[in-house]
Amino acid sequence: MFAAAVLAVIAALVLVVVRVLKGPTLFDRVLAGNTVGTLAIILLTVLGFLNGRPEWIDIALTYGVLNLIGTLAILKFVRHGDLAHDAGEDRA
Amino acid sequence: MRVISFGVILYLFWLALSGYFKPFLLIGGLLSTLFVLYTARRMKLIDAESYPAHLFPAASTYWPWLLWEIIKAGWAVTKAVLRPKLDITPTMTRVIATQTTPAGIATYGNSITLTPGTITTGVDGNILTVHALERGGAVDLEEGGMDARVSRFEKGG
Amino acid sequence: MILLDAASWLLILAGCFFILVGAFGLLRLPDVFTRAHSASLIDTLGAGFLFAGLMIQAGFTQVTLKLLFVLLLLFFTGPVITHALAQAALQIGLKPKLAEDRRGRLDEAGTAPAPDGQGRPS
Repeated sequence: MFAAAVLAVIAALVLVVVRVLKGPTLFDRVLAGNTVGTLAIILLTVLGFLNGRPEWIDIALTYGVLNLIGTLAILKFVRHGDLAHDAGEDRA
Repeated sequence: MRVISFGVILYLFWLALSGYFKPFLLIGGLLSTLFVLYTARRMKLIDAESYPAHLFPAASTYWPWLLWEIIKAGWAVTKAVLRPKLDITPTMTRVIATQTTPAGIATYGNSITLTPGTITTGVDGNILTVHALERGGAVDLEEGGMDARVSRFEKGG
Repeated sequence: MILLDAASWLLILAGCFFILVGAFGLLRLPDVFTRAHSASLIDTLGAGFLFAGLMIQAGFTQVTLKLLFVLLLLFFTGPVITHALAQAALQIGLKPKLAEDRRGRLDEAGTAPAPDGQGRPS
């Protein structure tokens, strides 16, 4: 039964990767890329249960934090062209 | 007071994640907790906005309510996606947030985004710009039911 | 015990269903803003139901607590990313495809029109 859940998540991953490849805008790709990250978290967790090693959740947790930072970094770079941008400087 | 309760929560978090109770790990956790507390204080992060301890009791009734809203809105989005003919009505609108603190407005904006079908796309003072998948979602927000609930949450109810 | 097991499998199935619907919507919907709605379906309902089912399977252990942490992480970071994405897309100048634009509704002397009043056509 866990195997069925794994299959469902992998099927969803295929659909989402199609969206990453098709675009058309950069934001579509970032959005789909972030969703790939979320699905990876879910997949890691379910696979951990399937193999009887629930410790894999720790990896999922770490992946979640990295996913957030990665996506925000890309968005910030696209918007400001600069990762060290300080929003306060715009108003000053 | 706020610092101490934050430290206790951090240490409990360490214990929950580690799950081992050997002296070396217990002391290691204590040292990391103290270091995080020191840096967080230096960055002036432990204040009413980023560590809203006074809202924790109110959250115990707000989150179940929000969860139910998410389920209802999610079901509506599911139906919209699966409808054989794609007849969605994307709508953008502006709503007024009646919360008084930045944390309250952030809670309202994030609650809107968390419920599937509505996204906060911009915040200007207390006016939020919202994109909704269907016209009904935008009108619901304009009627202000969620806004009133978040305001009640902000006052601790 | 069997009842609890059945409930957990039902929750896991519901989670899988919403994950698939979210991924399908990501392909089907017409522009990035509407797709973001579909993606948030995976973040909230999909992950939520699936993890709830797994929590019942794990029982009252440390694993359940960690599942809860992952779920909380998703629930707090999901809106932040979606908001940042939509805001950046708007600022870059991407125009959302709208059926109705009601953004002007607060302009008239600060009084909002009745919620069921006609908005301005875009």
